[in-house]
Amino acid sequence: MAYAGDDELLEHVTGKEYEFGFTTNIESDKAPPGLNEGTIRLISQKKNEPEWLLEWRLEAFRIWSEMVEPEWAHVQYEKPDFQAISYYSAPKKKAQLNSLDEVDPELRRTMEKLGISMEEQKRLSGVAVDFVLDSVSVATSFKEKLGELGIIFCSMSDAVQEHPELVKKYLGSVVPKTDNFYAALNSAVFTDGSFCYIPKGVRCPMELSTYFRINEAGTGQFERTLVIADESSYVSYLEGCTAPSRDENQLHAAVVELIALDHAEIKYSTVQNWYPGDENGKGGVFNFVTKRGICHLRSKISWTQVETGSAITWKYPSCILKGDHSVGEFYSVAVTNKRQQADTGTKMIHIGKNTNSTIISKGISSGYSQNSYRGLVQINKSAKNARNFSQCDSLLMTDHCGAHTFPYIEVKNSSAKVEHEATTSKIGEDQIFYCLQRGISEEKAISLIVNGYAKDVLNKLPMEFAVEAQKLLAISLEGSVG
Amino acid sequence: MLHIKDLHANIDGTEILKGLSLDIKPGEIHAIMGPNGSGKSTLASVLAGNEDYEITGGSVTFGDKDLLDLSTEDRAREGLFLAFQYPVEIPGVSNINFLRTAVNEIRQYKGEEPMSAGDFLKLVKERSALVELDGKLANRSVNEGFSGGEKKRNEVFQMAMLEPKLAILDETDSGLDIDALKIVAQGVNAMRSPERSFVVITHYQRLLDYIVPDFVHVLYKGKIVKSGSKELALELEARGYDWIKEEVSA
Ligand SMILES: Nc1ncnc2c1ncn2[C@@H]1O[C@H](COP(=O)(O)OP(=O)(O)O)[C@@H](O)[C@H]1O
Ligand SMILES: [Mg+2]
Repeated sequence: MAYAGDDELLEHVTGKEYEFGFTTNIESDKAPPGLNEGTIRLISQKKNEPEWLLEWRLEAFRIWSEMVEPEWAHVQYEKPDFQAISYYSAPKKKAQLNSLDEVDPELRRTMEKLGISMEEQKRLSGVAVDFVLDSVSVATSFKEKLGELGIIFCSMSDAVQEHPELVKKYLGSVVPKTDNFYAALNSAVFTDGSFCYIPKGVRCPMELSTYFRINEAGTGQFERTLVIADESSYVSYLEGCTAPSRDENQLHAAVVELIALDHAEIKYSTVQNWYPGDENGKGGVFNFVTKRGICHLRSKISWTQVETGSAITWKYPSCILKGDHSVGEFYSVAVTNKRQQADTGTKMIHIGKNTNSTIISKGISSGYSQNSYRGLVQINKSAKNARNFSQCDSLLMTDHCGAHTFPYIEVKNSSAKVEHEATTSKIGEDQIFYCLQRGISEEKAISLIVNGYAKDVLNKLPMEFAVEAQKLLAISLEGSVG
Repeated sequence: MLHIKDLHANIDGTEILKGLSLDIKPGEIHAIMGPNGSGKSTLASVLAGNEDYEITGGSVTFGDKDLLDLSTEDRAREGLFLAFQYPVEIPGVSNINFLRTAVNEIRQYKGEEPMSAGDFLKLVKERSALVELDGKLANRSVNEGFSGGEKKRNEVFQMAMLEPKLAILDETDSGLDIDALKIVAQGVNAMRSPERSFVVITHYQRLLDYIVPDFVHVLYKGKIVKSGSKELALELEARGYDWIKEEVSA
């Protein structure tokens, strides 16, 4: 297809620097590269951790040392050199902050560049933002208001100090150290992340939000997030991120664990926009994430994600539907462009009776990218009357990109009902022509069509996030039809 | 308003338009008739700027602009509207969001402020009533799951919303029963004005009972081979196209 201006558009887009490609100069206190027991002791000591946590980390390290990196994902890349990574870095100025004025001005500027000025966030949306910069949380807001309700929303480091009993009880309870290569690595070396606890019967009155950011060159990022919704509570949690452009690949191996106790509900939304690498795929973030939640009786976990960034994404937010009548949902839009590779999907493990899961996956591939959906629906023997509905759609923007679907279905109880639908389509030249004929620019036309295609997922995002996500989709795909 | 002079156009190396000329003044309604495959939709596509076609000769001016120099979207913004013979579906994009985007892009092109939500909704209400379109259609995805008749009415509704200078209706009557045909005609007639011109492409003179043309042209083998008043349509209806074909080959 060659509408007038196509070439200019492409040039404009490809010539465009990564929008958030800047770095912050905050002095850091950084461990030398390398990984051994000493590194782990250093991290634990720096963070003033209790003995049990050090032992836990060391055991994870021993497990990891005996594991081999997985090969099965539909992605190709040069394996990271784990000895070349520095596993600890912390801003030197780590002070107690009572107000935004005390935040490092450099950091404030970073936040403003990211378009998430905290003042604005506070005023407009009532979002409490726990900003994680290079593994150490430096700003927390709304803590007091949440505190009145007994809600704990803090950095993982603080949680270890202040709520060790909760951390000890739930850490690794959904994603055990032995789970997989990256989860084991994370368990050994995680430096920070977010912790959230909603007490019984409490409905968290605001969206809890954490912005992650990889900052130091060569610093691996190993976030650990733990969200516990106690009985009959509700929380909506937002995670969004962006990173500066880099020459060397940056590894990110986070672990997120969600625990929904009886009658509780957790909504976990992610907009992921990490640096995808240049035209040749060089320099992008490697995003190997383990996200999993466990649902107890009549509880519900919804994962909603909009994935546009990273050179490589390997990520399967999952639900273990342990309690009877529990519900798991997965709504995903994954965009790949240029040389990006994504292998994402979900696992729904039905254990309890009358458990119900829904999977809606919308892949959008452009450029020379590869976009795979990999999903497992497992109905165990005990899961009487389990239900699953899966819909996996792929939209191709060019002739060079690839879309792949790998659905795995294991049913061990004959009362189960499992439905799977899949479609692949190419963006229609006739649709674009129709828009152009109505005076709509090609850029806007693509944005309209793509957002229409992804609507079922975008609708699941909290309002302010949905608007951001729509813009992100448009930016990620500008001028990419061909 | 529109001057087409000796227009030649190819698709995939085959010449479809072979020296077509046509002059349209403000406020006029021109009907274009002709046998299947004579190039009627091709003419509409070429004027709208479909790049599948290659222009190999001739000129087209629209107002004071060289139409062939303008991009597809700028032709639309200058006031050229095409009601498609086969309108496409755009899943997940509400009719209303689609139209709002179009209206505001056109306004922006003209240096005007975006239309306020209130004014826009008022206009939607008023213009959808012209073609008796159920208000609910506005919130449905563009053409998705619309019946054939609803799609055609939606095209006329969009035309009424965008208020073009020149509207080309490509077989907007095909597949419509008599009631739907009257509704479509009523919508078009409501939008008639001394400044607005129409090109009505049709197979059947039946539509022209309701949208009365100032001129009728017969397009055959990529050229306009006969022009006349509305009586020509009646004659074609009675006698078919064979006598025209004979005249041309004579
Ligand atoms: N891709 C193509 N290659 C060659 N000829 C084509 C192509 N597409 C359409 N045509 C021909 O162009 C002619 C005009 O088509 P069209 O403009 O749709 O006619 P009408 O609308 O008058 O029925 C037809 O004879 C058709 O077969
Ligand atoms: Mg036709």
